[in-house]
Amino acid sequence: MAAAAAAKSNGAARVLLLEREEQTGGILNQCIHDGFGLRRYREQLSGPEYALRAVAEAIDAGVEMKTGCMVTQVTSENGIHCVTAVGRRGLAVYQSRTVIFATGCRERTRGAISIPGSRPAGVFTAGVAQNLVNMQRIMVGRRIVILGSGDIGLIMARRLTIEGAKVLAVVEVMPSPGGLARNITQCLDDFGIPLYLKHTVSKIIGKDRVTAVEISEVNDRQELIPGSASTMECDTLILSVGLIPENEIAGAAAVQLDERTNGALTDRFLQTNIPGIFSCGNARRVTDLVDFVSEQGETAGINAVRYIAGEPMLQWDDGVENTMLKGLPAPGSVTCTLCPNGCQITVGQGDTVEGNRCGRGKAFAIQEMRSPERILTTTVRAQGRVVAVRSDRPVKRAELQTLVSLIHGQKVALPVYPGQILLQNVGENSVNIIAEHAAER
Amino acid sequence: MSREYDVIIIGAGAVGCAIARELSRFRLNVAVLEKEADVAGGTSGRNSAVVHAGFNNKPGSLMAKLCVEGNRGFEAVCSQLGVPYKKTGKLLVAFDDEDMKTLHTIIERGIQNGCKGLKIIDQEQVRQMAPQIGGIGAMYSPETAIFDPFTYCIALAENAVENGVSFYLEHEVTGIKHTDGVFQIHTDQQIFQCRCLINSAGLYSDRVSDMAGVGGYQLYPCRGEYYILDRIATEYLDIPVYPVPKAGIGGLGVHLTPTIHGNIIIGPSAEYIEARDDYSCTSEIMDKLFREATQLLPALKRKHIIGNYSGIRPKQAPPEEGGFRDFVIREEPSCPGLINLIGIESPGLTASVPISFIVRDMVAKHMELVEKKMFIAERRPVVRFREQSPEEQAKLIADDPDYGDIICRCQKVTKKEIMQAIENPLGARSLSAIKYRAWATTGRCSGGYCLTKIIDILVREYGVAPESIRYRSRGSELFVDGAK
Repeated sequence: MAAAAAAKSNGAARVLLLEREEQTGGILNQCIHDGFGLRRYREQLSGPEYALRAVAEAIDAGVEMKTGCMVTQVTSENGIHCVTAVGRRGLAVYQSRTVIFATGCRERTRGAISIPGSRPAGVFTAGVAQNLVNMQRIMVGRRIVILGSGDIGLIMARRLTIEGAKVLAVVEVMPSPGGLARNITQCLDDFGIPLYLKHTVSKIIGKDRVTAVEISEVNDRQELIPGSASTMECDTLILSVGLIPENEIAGAAAVQLDERTNGALTDRFLQTNIPGIFSCGNARRVTDLVDFVSEQGETAGINAVRYIAGEPMLQWDDGVENTMLKGLPAPGSVTCTLCPNGCQITVGQGDTVEGNRCGRGKAFAIQEMRSPERILTTTVRAQGRVVAVRSDRPVKRAELQTLVSLIHGQKVALPVYPGQILLQNVGENSVNIIAEHAAER
Repeated sequence: MSREYDVIIIGAGAVGCAIARELSRFRLNVAVLEKEADVAGGTSGRNSAVVHAGFNNKPGSLMAKLCVEGNRGFEAVCSQLGVPYKKTGKLLVAFDDEDMKTLHTIIERGIQNGCKGLKIIDQEQVRQMAPQIGGIGAMYSPETAIFDPFTYCIALAENAVENGVSFYLEHEVTGIKHTDGVFQIHTDQQIFQCRCLINSAGLYSDRVSDMAGVGGYQLYPCRGEYYILDRIATEYLDIPVYPVPKAGIGGLGVHLTPTIHGNIIIGPSAEYIEARDDYSCTSEIMDKLFREATQLLPALKRKHIIGNYSGIRPKQAPPEEGGFRDFVIREEPSCPGLINLIGIESPGLTASVPISFIVRDMVAKHMELVEKKMFIAERRPVVRFREQSPEEQAKLIADDPDYGDIICRCQKVTKKEIMQAIENPLGARSLSAIKYRAWATTGRCSGGYCLTKIIDILVREYGVAPESIRYRSRGSELFVDGAK
């Protein structure tokens, strides 16, 4: 989206965006939680809200969009690229001077990591579970173990807890969690969900549906420690065990891929080995924050225009992403969630504050010590459609569950527009519950 | 009230389905009872998917005779029923002089069995056929083929249904009474009656025989585990490669088999286990499989693995004996009308049609077989979008926009194909029924992309309640009651 908008606003005559889903915005649409856009828009947006802004920018720029169109092939000859796309309206071939791959990533699966045991129902990747719970309001299980402490796994631990499931544990093979510190605080610590580091699921048990998983400790080489296995009864295992850049079409178009990560290999201008073909975002390298993905997309979009014009291109520096705080929050400290810095702040006697890099952090930390507040996100069913909703301001953490029940009991009529207030003045903080996106009959 | 049939077949594996289809040529009332939610739910759907040539089996055995016969007729059956089939040939690779000696013995045995074209080839010729494979020489079997065992069983069953056979899925037989020449068959759902009872219950055929009052059979489950490789590894191999079998093992050795769908499978192991339904994979065997497979194919990497599964052989040979015992295909003298099929392990798939002929002739002793005038021998194959030319694809979409909706991106399966799978004539309603018919969710993302879309189609377009959607049989519900 960002690449298309940037290419069009920087002088490309025609830019066509091909999207396989009916809806633009990609995976952001199922990421109904907040925390997007802290860097780019300096706001705490939900995934659908962030997507809405990106789409609006592309439309304003004059990008042509075709949704429900899956690209099946890209070929290149004499500097002209042919893109074949299949949709309900037919099969079309488009010709262009440049192609930008912004195809995102997919999840590593159980098969890829070869967990021993049976193959019952009840094993889901975190993204699939997220889609089912957030887009279709289908509950995947009641007693849940999550393998992998990547951000999606952590986010799902919270989402499933809020929707009434019991998340028994998050199990991580590495010595430190894979996700952001803010998510350890807000998704696990808030709900008392235990995190087992240097542990893994060594066996899946259950004939028809998962009945238990076996959890084992691992050594520094990630090998199972004999005798450390214990069984945890559960009905669901959720896997958050890594993301793989999605390069099916790029690979088939002879774009060189990284042997290890499957990311598209590019020069510092984001151009692949095939002149005129660019790659950006998670298809190139899996990134923690969507804000960086958008920025990289813009660079790719601008460079595609400069490539055609024969002008010098912009450099992209991957180092810009290294500001995020990952891993365990420091003991006794507060992880600030107001911006991507994720400062670790300690509050001393008389509200003396240390570790914050700005004034906003001070107020946040003091509030967090006294009475933590969170943006609440959940979904409601509205005449057969599922609508993601959130509180417009933070609510008291202790009130999360009661407010969710209140929201679920609410009758909502279609159509719904983004930002529409569906419930007014609820909770101690008198917040409004608003729709994150549009929904029509 | 019980439902009455002339012939009842217990078990909808390859053999049961082949018998059902063969009997559907005649004016008979035939039913198939299956405890799983779909056909091919046991051994028939969990194997190497190879049409064997017949050189591995003991000369003079039913296994040898029926395997060779089955191999000869297999291609014709597949083309009649629209089942993917490819005659790839097969290599039996030798790594030392002893292996080479064994190969000569195998060729002699093969010739005795009636196999065609077996020959020893040297290292150079091996390289030409399979450049990535090591070894000092090999035996080449030109008649060995690969096929899709799911589509095979489904096609046989669908063709049988079209010709009037009734399939009762999720009907587990719980007891059998035999009085006055009539069998009364109790299931967990209904009671059935028939004059001729065919026991093709695979792993449970000894127990079914017991229920009918004929004891003396004992099966020993022997599990084989497999790895599935990404299509990306397909360039390494387009012909099944087996090691030379070592004496005494109850399998064919860990081998590499390209599948008709473009993956390579590694396996199987051979391990006697207690439970007949324990389809687990174990870390010990998985490591061993990978080690042995890399000996055959050094280019193999962990990242090529996209999944694993296991199958269980219904062995008559106990662990201490090992090896193979011949198929039992007989009408029990002590129980006229009961046709027992016991120990139908490999090469049972290859032999399934010839087995059905033997059973047909046994049935003919009990009732007159009159051919139907209206027998439909052909089954139209499913149109696979990904196999069409761009022109054909455009035409398909123009005729039906559901062909333009690609649901499974790894295997390029369209909504139309998913809907055809959901509406299958057998009435199999599980997710795996859709998987094996449309071949969706079988790619490298294992349904990461398409699972949610298939669920959405089931819920929104077919009105299925989410909590009633199952992965396979009862008890394998995918979701729980909860969010509405």
